[in-house]
Amino acid sequence: MLSKKNLWWVLAAAVFALFPLVVTNPLYTTIGVFTVIYMACATSWNMFSGYSGYIALGSAVFYGSGAYTMALLSIHLHMAAGSSQFWLVPVGGLVAMAFAAPIGWIALRVRRHTFVVITIAVFFIFQLAAINFGFTGGTSGLNLPFITWGFQNYNTPFYYVGLILVVFATLLSMAVRRSRFGLQLLAIRDDEDRALGLGVKVSAVKITGFTMSAFTVGMAGALYALFVGQIYPQFVFDPMFDVSIALMTFLGGLGTLTGPLLGALILEASQQYLTVTFSNGSLYLILFGALFLIVIIFMPQGIVVYLRDRVTKRVERERAAVAANDIASPDVALGGAR
Amino acid sequence: MTTLLSASGVSRAFGGLQALSLCNLDVEKGSITGLIGPNGSGKTTLFNVITGYVKPDAGTVTFNGQNITNARPDAVFSLGVGRTFQLTRIFSRISVLENMLIATQHDESWLRGLLRSKSSKTEVDNAMELLDFVGIAKLADLQAGALSYGQRKLLELAYVLVADPDVILLDEPAGGVNLTLINGIAEKIRTLNKAGKTFLIVEHNMEFVMSLCDSVTVMHQGSNLVTGTPAEVRANPLVLDAYLGGGDDGEDDLREAVASA
Repeated sequence: MLSKKNLWWVLAAAVFALFPLVVTNPLYTTIGVFTVIYMACATSWNMFSGYSGYIALGSAVFYGSGAYTMALLSIHLHMAAGSSQFWLVPVGGLVAMAFAAPIGWIALRVRRHTFVVITIAVFFIFQLAAINFGFTGGTSGLNLPFITWGFQNYNTPFYYVGLILVVFATLLSMAVRRSRFGLQLLAIRDDEDRALGLGVKVSAVKITGFTMSAFTVGMAGALYALFVGQIYPQFVFDPMFDVSIALMTFLGGLGTLTGPLLGALILEASQQYLTVTFSNGSLYLILFGALFLIVIIFMPQGIVVYLRDRVTKRVERERAAVAANDIASPDVALGGAR
Repeated sequence: MTTLLSASGVSRAFGGLQALSLCNLDVEKGSITGLIGPNGSGKTTLFNVITGYVKPDAGTVTFNGQNITNARPDAVFSLGVGRTFQLTRIFSRISVLENMLIATQHDESWLRGLLRSKSSKTEVDNAMELLDFVGIAKLADLQAGALSYGQRKLLELAYVLVADPDVILLDEPAGGVNLTLINGIAEKIRTLNKAGKTFLIVEHNMEFVMSLCDSVTVMHQGSNLVTGTPAEVRANPLVLDAYLGGGDDGEDDLREAVASA
Protein backbone atom coordinates (compact mmCIF):
# COMPACT_ATOMS: atom_id res chain seq x y z
CA MET A 1 0.00 0.00 0.00
CA LEU A 2 1.15 3.49 -0.77
CA SER A 3 1.33 5.96 2.03
CA LYS A 4 -0.23 9.36 1.47
CA LYS A 5 3.18 10.98 1.10
CA ASN A 6 4.38 8.44 -1.47
CA LEU A 7 1.15 8.90 -3.38
CA TRP A 8 2.04 12.54 -3.95
CA TRP A 9 5.45 11.57 -5.27
CA VAL A 10 3.93 9.03 -7.68
CA LEU A 11 1.35 11.55 -8.82
CA ALA A 12 3.98 14.21 -9.45
CA ALA A 13 6.18 11.72 -11.31
CA ALA A 14 3.24 10.72 -13.49
CA VAL A 15 2.45 14.34 -14.37
CA PHE A 16 6.08 14.94 -15.36
CA ALA A 17 6.29 11.69 -17.32
CA LEU A 18 3.12 12.46 -19.28
CA PHE A 19 3.90 16.13 -19.92
CA PRO A 20 5.42 15.84 -23.45
CA LEU A 21 2.68 13.43 -24.50
CA VAL A 22 -0.05 15.88 -23.56
CA VAL A 23 1.69 19.15 -24.42
CA THR A 24 3.17 18.75 -27.87
CA ASN A 25 3.80 22.38 -28.78
CA PRO A 26 7.63 22.65 -29.08
CA LEU A 27 7.45 26.11 -27.56
CA TYR A 28 6.28 24.62 -24.28
CA THR A 29 8.31 21.42 -24.36
CA THR A 30 11.40 23.63 -24.66
CA ILE A 31 10.34 25.27 -21.42
CA GLY A 32 9.93 21.75 -20.03
CA VAL A 33 13.50 20.78 -20.93
CA PHE A 34 15.00 23.87 -19.28
CA THR A 35 12.82 23.35 -16.23
CA VAL A 36 13.93 19.75 -15.63
CA ILE A 37 17.58 20.75 -16.15
CA TYR A 38 17.26 23.41 -13.46
CA MET A 39 15.31 21.10 -11.14
CA ALA A 40 18.17 18.59 -11.31
CA CYS A 41 20.81 21.27 -10.74
CA ALA A 42 19.00 22.92 -7.82
CA THR A 43 18.41 19.55 -6.13
CA SER A 44 22.04 18.59 -6.55
CA TRP A 45 23.26 21.99 -5.33
CA ASN A 46 21.01 21.69 -2.29
CA MET A 47 22.45 18.25 -1.53
CA PHE A 48 25.70 19.92 -0.54
CA SER A 49 25.05 23.62 0.07
CA GLY A 50 21.61 23.15 1.59
CA TYR A 51 22.60 20.35 3.95
CA SER A 52 26.01 21.68 4.97
CA GLY A 53 25.23 25.41 4.96
CA TYR A 54 28.19 26.11 2.70
CA ILE A 55 26.57 28.35 0.08
CA ALA A 56 28.57 27.72 -3.11
CA LEU A 57 28.12 30.34 -5.82
CA GLY A 58 30.37 28.72 -8.40
CA SER A 59 28.38 25.71 -9.57
CA ALA A 60 28.47 27.03 -13.13
CA VAL A 61 32.05 25.74 -13.11
CA PHE A 62 30.63 22.21 -13.11
CA TYR A 63 27.79 23.05 -15.47
CA GLY A 64 30.28 24.54 -17.93
CA SER A 65 32.76 21.68 -17.51
CA GLY A 66 30.01 19.22 -18.37
CA ALA A 67 28.93 21.28 -21.37
CA TYR A 68 32.46 21.60 -22.75
CA THR A 69 33.09 17.90 -22.14
CA MET A 70 30.05 17.08 -24.24
CA ALA A 71 31.03 19.51 -27.01
CA LEU A 72 34.74 18.63 -27.17
CA LEU A 73 34.25 14.88 -27.05
CA SER A 74 31.44 14.98 -29.63
CA ILE A 75 33.64 16.97 -31.99
CA HIS A 76 36.96 15.21 -31.47
CA LEU A 77 35.59 11.68 -31.31
CA HIS A 78 33.67 12.42 -34.54
CA MET A 79 30.52 11.08 -33.00
CA ALA A 80 27.47 10.59 -35.14
CA ALA A 81 24.94 13.23 -34.21
CA GLY A 82 22.07 11.64 -32.37
CA SER A 83 21.09 9.50 -29.45
CA SER A 84 24.53 7.87 -28.96
CA GLN A 85 25.75 11.25 -27.69
CA PHE A 86 23.60 10.83 -24.61
CA TRP A 87 26.26 8.40 -23.36
CA LEU A 88 28.54 11.42 -22.95
CA VAL A 89 26.19 12.94 -20.37
CA PRO A 90 27.59 10.90 -17.43
CA VAL A 91 31.12 11.55 -18.74
CA GLY A 92 30.39 15.27 -18.36
CA GLY A 93 29.36 14.57 -14.78
CA LEU A 94 32.59 12.71 -14.05
CA VAL A 95 34.73 15.51 -15.51
CA ALA A 96 32.84 17.99 -13.32
CA MET A 97 33.62 15.82 -10.28
CA ALA A 98 37.30 15.73 -11.27
CA PHE A 99 37.32 19.53 -11.16
CA ALA A 100 35.22 19.66 -7.99
CA ALA A 101 37.56 17.60 -5.81
CA PRO A 102 40.60 19.95 -5.96
CA ILE A 103 38.39 23.06 -5.92
CA GLY A 104 36.65 21.74 -2.81
CA TRP A 105 39.96 20.87 -1.23
CA ILE A 106 41.02 24.53 -1.52
CA ALA A 107 37.72 26.36 -1.01
CA LEU A 108 36.50 24.28 1.95
CA ARG A 109 39.43 25.31 4.11
CA VAL A 110 37.56 28.50 4.87
CA ARG A 111 34.13 29.12 6.29
CA ARG A 112 30.94 30.94 5.36
CA HIS A 113 31.46 34.23 3.55
CA THR A 114 35.05 33.58 2.61
CA PHE A 115 33.97 30.28 1.08
CA VAL A 116 31.32 32.06 -1.00
CA VAL A 117 33.89 34.55 -2.28
CA ILE A 118 36.36 31.80 -3.19
CA THR A 119 33.75 29.86 -5.15
CA ILE A 120 32.91 33.04 -7.08
CA ALA A 121 36.60 33.64 -7.78
CA VAL A 122 37.08 30.08 -9.03
CA PHE A 123 34.06 30.54 -11.24
CA PHE A 124 35.58 33.62 -12.94
CA ILE A 125 38.87 31.81 -13.44
CA PHE A 126 37.00 29.12 -15.38
CA GLN A 127 35.00 31.65 -17.40
CA LEU A 128 38.16 33.55 -18.34
CA ALA A 129 39.93 30.31 -19.21
CA ALA A 130 37.07 29.26 -21.51
CA ILE A 131 37.16 32.65 -23.23
CA ASN A 132 40.93 32.67 -23.68
CA PHE A 133 41.94 29.08 -24.39
CA GLY A 134 42.16 27.99 -28.00
CA PHE A 135 40.64 24.54 -27.66
CA THR A 136 37.41 25.99 -26.22
CA GLY A 137 36.83 28.10 -29.30
CA GLY A 138 37.13 31.32 -27.32
CA THR A 139 34.22 33.74 -27.44
CA SER A 140 32.88 32.23 -30.65
CA GLY A 141 32.20 29.01 -28.76
CA LEU A 142 31.79 25.50 -30.10
CA ASN A 143 29.24 23.98 -32.45
CA LEU A 144 28.16 20.44 -31.82
CA PRO A 145 27.31 18.03 -34.64
CA PHE A 146 23.87 18.98 -35.91
CA ILE A 147 21.15 16.56 -34.87
CA THR A 148 18.63 16.02 -37.67
CA TRP A 149 15.60 14.95 -35.69
CA GLY A 150 12.27 16.31 -36.76
CA PHE A 151 11.24 19.67 -35.38
CA GLN A 152 8.06 18.33 -33.84
CA ASN A 153 9.58 15.72 -31.54
CA TYR A 154 13.09 17.13 -31.18
CA ASN A 155 12.61 18.08 -27.52
CA THR A 156 11.16 14.83 -26.22
CA PRO A 157 14.38 12.75 -25.74
CA PHE A 158 16.08 15.70 -24.03
CA TYR A 159 13.11 16.13 -21.76
CA TYR A 160 13.16 12.49 -20.66
CA VAL A 161 16.91 12.39 -20.13
CA GLY A 162 16.54 15.57 -18.07
CA LEU A 163 13.77 13.92 -16.10
CA ILE A 164 16.04 10.95 -15.41
CA LEU A 165 18.60 13.42 -14.02
CA VAL A 166 15.91 14.91 -11.77
CA VAL A 167 14.94 11.47 -10.47
CA PHE A 168 18.60 10.55 -9.97
CA ALA A 169 19.41 13.78 -8.13
CA THR A 170 16.31 13.46 -5.95
CA LEU A 171 17.00 9.83 -5.02
CA LEU A 172 20.63 10.66 -4.26
CA SER A 173 19.63 13.66 -2.17
CA MET A 174 17.09 11.50 -0.32
CA ALA A 175 19.69 8.79 0.33
CA VAL A 176 22.20 11.35 1.59
CA ARG A 177 19.65 13.01 3.85
CA ARG A 178 18.81 9.70 5.49
CA SER A 179 22.35 8.37 5.71
CA ARG A 180 24.80 8.85 8.52
CA PHE A 181 26.90 10.83 6.05
CA GLY A 182 24.03 13.28 5.60
CA LEU A 183 23.68 13.58 9.34
CA GLN A 184 27.31 14.68 9.47
CA LEU A 185 26.64 17.34 6.81
CA LEU A 186 23.69 18.64 8.86
CA ALA A 187 25.83 18.68 11.98
CA ILE A 188 28.43 20.74 10.12
CA ARG A 189 25.71 23.20 9.12
CA ASP A 190 24.49 23.65 12.69
CA ASP A 191 27.88 23.85 14.43
CA GLU A 192 31.01 22.73 12.64
CA ASP A 193 33.42 23.07 15.58
CA ARG A 194 31.14 21.13 17.86
CA ALA A 195 30.80 18.39 15.23
CA LEU A 196 34.59 18.21 14.99
CA GLY A 197 34.74 17.77 18.75
CA LEU A 198 32.33 14.82 18.48
CA GLY A 199 34.60 12.98 16.11
CA VAL A 200 33.14 14.05 12.75
CA LYS A 201 35.89 14.17 10.12
CA VAL A 202 34.63 17.47 8.78
CA SER A 203 37.14 18.07 5.96
CA ALA A 204 36.63 14.67 4.35
CA VAL A 205 32.86 14.91 4.71
CA LYS A 206 32.70 18.40 3.18
CA ILE A 207 34.92 17.58 0.19
CA THR A 208 32.98 14.37 -0.50
CA GLY A 209 29.65 16.17 -0.41
CA PHE A 210 30.93 19.01 -2.58
CA THR A 211 32.30 16.59 -5.18
CA MET A 212 29.17 14.45 -5.22
CA SER A 213 26.96 17.45 -5.84
CA ALA A 214 29.05 18.40 -8.89
CA PHE A 215 28.15 15.14 -10.65
CA THR A 216 24.53 15.89 -11.53
CA VAL A 217 25.31 19.53 -12.30
CA GLY A 218 27.99 18.39 -14.77
CA MET A 219 25.57 15.94 -16.36
CA ALA A 220 22.96 18.69 -16.68
CA GLY A 221 25.54 20.93 -18.35
CA ALA A 222 26.36 18.19 -20.85
CA LEU A 223 22.68 17.71 -21.61
CA TYR A 224 22.25 21.46 -22.07
CA ALA A 225 25.14 21.56 -24.58
CA LEU A 226 23.62 18.72 -26.57
CA PHE A 227 20.20 20.33 -26.47
CA VAL A 228 21.12 23.81 -27.69
CA GLY A 229 23.80 22.54 -30.10
CA GLN A 230 26.23 25.41 -29.62
CA ILE A 231 27.89 26.70 -26.49
CA TYR A 232 29.54 29.98 -25.55
CA PRO A 233 31.64 30.68 -22.43
CA GLN A 234 29.26 33.39 -21.21
CA PHE A 235 26.24 31.06 -21.40
CA VAL A 236 27.63 27.91 -19.81
CA PHE A 237 29.91 29.69 -17.34
CA ASP A 238 27.07 32.04 -16.48
CA PRO A 239 26.98 33.88 -13.12
CA MET A 240 23.17 33.95 -13.43
CA PHE A 241 23.23 30.15 -13.28
CA ASP A 242 24.97 30.22 -9.88
CA VAL A 243 22.55 32.76 -8.50
CA SER A 244 19.49 31.12 -10.05
CA ILE A 245 19.90 27.66 -8.55
CA ALA A 246 20.65 29.20 -5.15
CA LEU A 247 17.57 31.42 -5.32
CA MET A 248 15.38 28.54 -6.49
CA THR A 249 16.49 26.52 -3.50
CA PHE A 250 15.97 29.40 -1.07
CA LEU A 251 12.50 29.99 -2.47
CA GLY A 252 11.47 26.36 -2.13
CA GLY A 253 13.26 25.66 1.15
CA LEU A 254 16.99 25.35 1.77
CA GLY A 255 17.99 21.94 3.06
CA THR A 256 14.67 20.26 2.24
CA LEU A 257 14.10 17.56 -0.35
CA THR A 258 11.16 19.07 -2.21
CA GLY A 259 12.21 22.71 -1.81
CA PRO A 260 14.70 22.93 -4.71
CA LEU A 261 12.37 20.92 -6.96
CA LEU A 262 9.48 23.25 -6.27
CA GLY A 263 11.61 26.39 -6.43
CA ALA A 264 13.14 25.44 -9.78
CA LEU A 265 9.74 24.45 -11.16
CA ILE A 266 8.18 27.76 -10.18
CA LEU A 267 11.04 30.06 -11.17
CA GLU A 268 12.40 28.45 -14.32
CA ALA A 269 9.02 27.60 -15.81
CA SER A 270 7.56 31.04 -15.09
CA GLN A 271 10.67 32.83 -16.29
CA GLN A 272 10.66 30.99 -19.60
CA TYR A 273 6.93 31.38 -19.96
CA LEU A 274 6.98 35.13 -19.27
CA THR A 275 9.86 35.63 -21.67
CA VAL A 276 8.03 33.74 -24.41
CA THR A 277 4.62 35.29 -23.80
CA PHE A 278 5.52 38.92 -23.31
CA SER A 279 8.63 38.88 -25.47
CA ASN A 280 9.90 41.44 -23.02
CA GLY A 281 13.04 39.80 -21.66
CA SER A 282 13.23 41.72 -18.42
CA LEU A 283 9.65 41.75 -17.17
CA TYR A 284 10.29 38.59 -15.20
CA LEU A 285 13.05 40.31 -13.24
CA ILE A 286 10.55 42.79 -11.79
CA LEU A 287 8.08 40.05 -10.90
CA PHE A 288 10.83 37.91 -9.37
CA GLY A 289 12.03 40.81 -7.26
CA ALA A 290 8.56 41.24 -5.83
CA LEU A 291 8.16 37.50 -5.28
CA PHE A 292 11.44 37.26 -3.40
CA LEU A 293 10.55 40.19 -1.16
CA ILE A 294 7.32 38.46 -0.23
CA VAL A 295 9.01 35.13 0.44
CA ILE A 296 11.87 36.56 2.46
CA ILE A 297 9.59 38.70 4.61
CA PHE A 298 6.82 36.17 5.22
CA MET A 299 8.47 32.77 4.88
CA PRO A 300 12.26 33.18 5.25
CA GLN A 301 12.82 29.42 5.44
CA GLY A 302 11.14 28.86 2.08
CA ILE A 303 7.73 27.74 0.90
CA VAL A 304 8.06 24.07 1.86
CA VAL A 305 9.18 24.66 5.44
CA TYR A 306 6.54 27.37 5.89
CA LEU A 307 3.72 25.13 4.74
CA ARG A 308 4.97 22.05 6.59
CA ASP A 309 5.24 23.93 9.88
CA ARG A 310 1.71 25.28 9.43
CA VAL A 311 0.24 21.88 8.59
CA THR A 312 1.97 19.99 11.40
CA LYS A 313 1.64 22.87 13.90
CA ARG A 314 5.29 22.25 14.78
CA VAL A 315 5.84 25.20 17.09
CA GLU A 316 2.79 24.52 19.24
CA ARG A 317 3.59 20.82 19.43
CA GLU A 318 7.17 21.49 20.48
CA ARG A 319 6.22 24.03 23.13
CA ALA A 320 3.75 21.61 24.63
CA ALA A 321 6.20 18.69 24.64
CA VAL A 322 9.02 20.76 26.16
CA ALA A 323 6.79 22.13 28.89
CA ALA A 324 5.27 18.72 29.63
CA ASN A 325 8.70 17.15 30.00
CA ASP A 326 9.78 19.78 32.49
CA ILE A 327 6.81 18.98 34.69
CA ALA A 328 7.02 15.22 34.19
CA SER A 329 10.59 14.79 35.40
CA PRO A 330 11.16 16.58 38.71
CA ASP A 331 14.93 16.75 38.46
CA VAL A 332 14.76 18.95 35.42
CA ALA A 333 11.71 20.89 36.60
CA LEU A 334 11.80 24.57 35.73
CA GLY A 335 14.74 23.89 33.44
CA GLY A 336 13.17 26.24 30.97
CA ALA A 337 12.62 29.06 33.41
CA ARG A 338 15.80 30.80 32.43
CA MET B 1 45.58 6.23 41.67
CA THR B 2 47.07 6.78 38.27
CA THR B 3 47.08 9.94 36.27
CA LEU B 4 44.67 9.68 33.33
CA LEU B 5 44.97 13.13 31.84
CA SER B 6 47.86 15.48 32.32
CA ALA B 7 48.97 18.85 31.04
CA SER B 8 52.47 19.99 31.82
CA GLY B 9 54.20 23.28 31.12
CA VAL B 10 51.42 24.41 28.77
CA SER B 11 51.74 27.98 27.48
CA ARG B 12 49.63 29.84 24.99
CA ALA B 13 49.48 33.52 24.06
CA PHE B 14 46.78 35.30 22.05
CA GLY B 15 48.61 38.29 20.65
CA GLY B 16 49.96 40.13 23.67
CA LEU B 17 47.74 38.27 26.13
CA GLN B 18 49.45 35.35 27.85
CA ALA B 19 46.37 33.17 28.41
CA LEU B 20 48.37 30.22 29.73
CA SER B 21 51.90 30.27 31.07
CA LEU B 22 53.59 27.05 32.17
CA CYS B 23 50.36 25.57 33.42
CA ASN B 24 50.33 22.08 34.95
CA LEU B 25 47.28 19.94 35.65
CA ASP B 26 46.87 16.28 36.56
CA VAL B 27 43.58 14.45 36.54
CA GLU B 28 43.55 11.16 38.48
CA LYS B 29 41.72 8.22 37.01
CA GLY B 30 38.28 7.87 38.53
CA SER B 31 38.30 11.28 40.17
CA ILE B 32 36.12 14.34 39.88
CA THR B 33 38.60 17.15 39.53
CA GLY B 34 37.54 20.77 39.80
CA LEU B 35 39.20 23.65 38.02
CA ILE B 36 38.40 27.06 39.43
CA GLY B 37 39.82 30.54 39.16
CA PRO B 38 38.79 34.12 38.45
CA ASN B 39 37.45 35.11 35.03
CA GLY B 40 40.25 35.26 32.50
CA SER B 41 42.55 32.95 34.42
CA GLY B 42 42.81 30.56 31.47
CA LYS B 43 40.46 27.70 32.42
CA THR B 44 38.62 27.51 29.12
CA THR B 45 41.83 27.99 27.14
CA LEU B 46 43.30 25.01 28.99
CA PHE B 47 40.18 23.01 28.02
CA ASN B 48 40.67 24.08 24.42
CA VAL B 49 44.32 23.04 24.46
CA ILE B 50 43.52 19.63 25.96
CA THR B 51 40.73 18.92 23.46
CA GLY B 52 42.71 20.11 20.43
CA TYR B 53 40.77 23.27 19.60
CA VAL B 54 43.76 25.48 20.42
CA LYS B 55 47.37 24.56 19.79
CA PRO B 56 49.72 25.35 22.68
CA ASP B 57 52.88 27.41 22.12
CA ALA B 58 54.74 25.12 24.51
CA GLY B 59 54.10 22.16 26.79
CA THR B 60 52.62 18.70 26.41
CA VAL B 61 49.26 17.09 27.01
CA THR B 62 49.14 13.37 27.70
CA PHE B 63 46.14 11.08 27.98
CA ASN B 64 46.53 7.50 29.20
CA GLY B 65 50.28 7.89 28.77
CA GLN B 66 49.85 8.89 25.12
CA ASN B 67 51.02 12.28 23.89
CA ILE B 68 48.01 14.10 22.44
CA THR B 69 49.55 17.57 22.12
CA ASN B 70 48.45 19.16 18.83
CA ALA B 71 46.06 16.31 17.99
CA ARG B 72 42.90 17.40 16.15
CA PRO B 73 39.61 17.63 18.12
CA ASP B 74 38.07 14.62 16.36
CA ALA B 75 41.14 12.50 17.14
CA VAL B 76 41.16 13.57 20.79
CA PHE B 77 37.47 12.71 21.06
CA SER B 78 38.01 9.31 19.46
CA LEU B 79 40.67 8.50 22.04
CA GLY B 80 38.18 9.04 24.84
CA VAL B 81 38.17 12.69 25.90
CA GLY B 82 34.69 14.22 25.70
CA ARG B 83 33.79 17.80 26.51
CA THR B 84 30.92 20.24 26.80
CA PHE B 85 31.04 23.96 26.14
CA GLN B 86 30.44 26.93 28.41
CA LEU B 87 27.64 28.16 26.18
CA THR B 88 25.74 24.99 25.30
CA ARG B 89 26.32 23.97 21.73
CA ILE B 90 23.78 21.60 20.31
CA PHE B 91 22.78 20.99 16.70
CA SER B 92 19.60 23.02 16.71
CA ARG B 93 18.01 22.11 13.39
CA ILE B 94 18.14 18.33 13.65
CA SER B 95 16.20 16.16 16.06
CA VAL B 96 17.31 15.39 19.60
CA LEU B 97 17.88 11.75 18.67
CA GLU B 98 19.96 12.74 15.64
CA ASN B 99 22.06 14.93 17.92
CA MET B 100 22.78 11.81 19.93
CA LEU B 101 23.74 9.75 16.88
CA ILE B 102 26.42 12.15 15.63
CA ALA B 103 28.91 11.03 18.24
CA THR B 104 28.43 7.36 17.31
CA GLN B 105 30.40 7.87 14.11
CA HIS B 106 33.69 8.82 15.72
CA ASP B 107 35.32 5.41 15.31
CA GLU B 108 34.24 4.62 11.77
CA SER B 109 35.74 6.04 8.60
CA TRP B 110 33.88 8.86 6.84
CA LEU B 111 33.34 6.64 3.80
CA ARG B 112 31.50 4.08 5.88
CA GLY B 113 29.04 6.75 6.95
CA LEU B 114 28.30 7.28 3.28
CA LEU B 115 27.58 3.61 2.72
CA ARG B 116 25.65 2.99 5.92
CA SER B 117 22.19 4.30 5.40
CA LYS B 118 20.92 3.85 8.92
CA SER B 119 22.22 3.85 12.44
CA SER B 120 22.06 0.38 13.96
CA LYS B 121 19.44 -0.59 16.50
CA THR B 122 22.12 -0.86 19.17
CA GLU B 123 23.20 2.71 18.51
CA VAL B 124 19.64 4.02 18.64
CA ASP B 125 18.80 2.01 21.76
CA ASN B 126 21.93 3.21 23.50
CA ALA B 127 21.10 6.81 22.56
CA MET B 128 17.55 6.47 23.90
CA GLU B 129 18.85 4.92 27.10
CA LEU B 130 21.15 7.88 27.69
CA LEU B 131 18.37 10.35 26.90
CA ASP B 132 16.28 8.51 29.45
CA PHE B 133 19.16 8.75 31.93
CA VAL B 134 19.23 12.54 31.70
CA GLY B 135 15.42 12.67 31.58
CA ILE B 136 14.62 13.96 28.10
CA ALA B 137 13.80 10.71 26.29
CA LYS B 138 10.26 11.90 25.56
CA LEU B 139 11.68 14.77 23.50
CA ALA B 140 13.76 12.54 21.20
CA ASP B 141 11.80 13.41 18.04
CA LEU B 142 11.73 17.17 18.55
CA GLN B 143 14.00 19.59 16.77
CA ALA B 144 16.76 20.24 19.27
CA GLY B 145 16.40 24.01 18.84
CA ALA B 146 13.04 23.81 20.63
CA LEU B 147 14.57 22.60 23.90
CA SER B 148 14.74 24.85 26.93
CA TYR B 149 18.14 25.97 28.20
CA GLY B 150 18.26 23.34 30.92
CA GLN B 151 17.28 20.58 28.52
CA ARG B 152 20.03 21.69 26.16
CA LYS B 153 22.56 21.31 28.97
CA LEU B 154 21.29 17.79 29.58
CA LEU B 155 21.38 16.95 25.88
CA GLU B 156 24.95 18.18 25.62
CA LEU B 157 25.96 15.97 28.51
CA ALA B 158 24.10 13.01 27.00
CA TYR B 159 25.56 13.20 23.49
CA VAL B 160 29.09 13.32 24.86
CA LEU B 161 28.31 10.13 26.80
CA VAL B 162 27.26 8.35 23.61
CA ALA B 163 30.86 7.65 22.64
CA ASP B 164 31.58 6.33 26.15
CA PRO B 165 34.61 8.58 26.82
CA ASP B 166 36.97 7.81 29.70
CA VAL B 167 37.19 11.40 30.83
CA ILE B 168 34.59 14.15 30.43
CA LEU B 169 35.46 17.83 30.56
CA LEU B 170 32.52 19.97 31.65
CA ASP B 171 32.73 23.73 31.12
CA GLU B 172 30.40 25.36 33.65
CA PRO B 173 27.74 22.64 33.84
CA ALA B 174 25.88 24.64 36.47
CA GLY B 175 26.15 28.01 34.74
CA GLY B 176 22.84 29.73 34.12
CA VAL B 177 20.60 26.93 35.41
CA ASN B 178 18.32 26.86 38.41
CA LEU B 179 19.08 25.18 41.72
CA THR B 180 16.88 22.12 41.13
CA LEU B 181 18.61 21.37 37.85
CA ILE B 182 22.05 22.01 39.36
CA ASN B 183 21.34 19.31 41.93
CA GLY B 184 20.05 17.05 39.17
CA ILE B 185 23.22 17.51 37.15
CA ALA B 186 25.42 16.93 40.22
CA GLU B 187 23.52 13.70 40.83
CA LYS B 188 24.13 12.51 37.25
CA ILE B 189 27.82 13.30 37.58
CA ARG B 190 28.06 11.30 40.82
CA THR B 191 26.27 8.34 39.26
CA LEU B 192 28.55 8.36 36.24
CA ASN B 193 31.61 8.76 38.43
CA LYS B 194 30.62 5.69 40.46
CA ALA B 195 30.37 3.83 37.15
CA GLY B 196 34.00 4.68 36.46
CA LYS B 197 33.95 7.95 34.53
CA THR B 198 36.52 10.59 35.28
CA PHE B 199 35.47 14.25 35.30
CA LEU B 200 37.26 17.55 34.97
CA ILE B 201 34.93 20.41 35.77
CA VAL B 202 35.29 24.16 35.32
CA GLU B 203 32.74 25.91 37.48
CA HIS B 204 32.14 29.21 39.26
CA ASN B 205 29.50 27.83 41.59
CA MET B 206 31.68 27.11 44.64
CA GLU B 207 29.11 25.06 46.48
CA PHE B 208 28.79 22.81 43.43
CA VAL B 209 32.55 22.36 43.10
CA MET B 210 33.30 21.90 46.79
CA SER B 211 30.57 19.31 47.34
CA LEU B 212 31.33 17.31 44.21
CA CYS B 213 35.07 17.31 43.63
CA ASP B 214 37.78 15.08 45.10
CA SER B 215 40.50 17.47 44.10
CA VAL B 216 40.47 21.11 43.12
CA THR B 217 43.03 23.09 41.16
CA VAL B 218 42.94 26.87 41.31
CA MET B 219 44.16 28.80 38.30
CA HIS B 220 45.44 32.34 38.35
CA GLN B 221 46.80 34.41 35.46
CA GLY B 222 47.35 31.43 33.22
CA SER B 223 49.01 29.00 35.58
CA ASN B 224 48.03 26.61 38.32
CA LEU B 225 48.22 28.25 41.73
CA VAL B 226 47.11 25.65 44.25
CA THR B 227 45.98 22.03 44.07
CA GLY B 228 44.39 20.12 46.93
CA THR B 229 41.21 18.80 48.46
CA PRO B 230 38.30 21.23 48.60
CA ALA B 231 38.99 21.89 52.27
CA GLU B 232 42.66 22.63 51.69
CA VAL B 233 41.92 24.95 48.83
CA ARG B 234 39.30 26.82 50.79
CA ALA B 235 41.77 27.44 53.60
CA ASN B 236 44.61 28.57 51.37
CA PRO B 237 45.25 32.34 51.57
CA LEU B 238 46.70 32.40 48.05
CA VAL B 239 43.29 31.47 46.68
CA LEU B 240 41.65 34.43 48.30
CA ASP B 241 44.40 36.64 46.92
CA ALA B 242 43.71 35.31 43.47
CA TYR B 243 40.01 36.03 43.70
CA LEU B 244 40.12 39.30 45.55
CA GLY B 245 43.52 40.64 44.58
CA GLY B 246 46.24 40.93 47.17
CA GLY B 247 49.60 42.34 48.17
CA ASP B 248 48.18 45.66 49.28
CA ASP B 249 48.11 46.51 52.96
CA GLY B 250 44.56 47.76 52.87
CA GLU B 251 43.38 44.58 51.24
CA ASP B 252 44.97 42.36 53.88
CA ASP B 253 42.29 43.46 56.31
CA LEU B 254 39.61 42.62 53.83
CA ARG B 255 41.20 39.25 53.20
CA GLU B 256 41.21 38.40 56.90
CA ALA B 257 37.65 39.51 57.13
CA VAL B 258 36.65 37.21 54.28
CA ALA B 259 38.70 34.31 55.60
CA SER B 260 37.14 34.47 59.00
CA ALA B 261 33.66 34.79 57.61
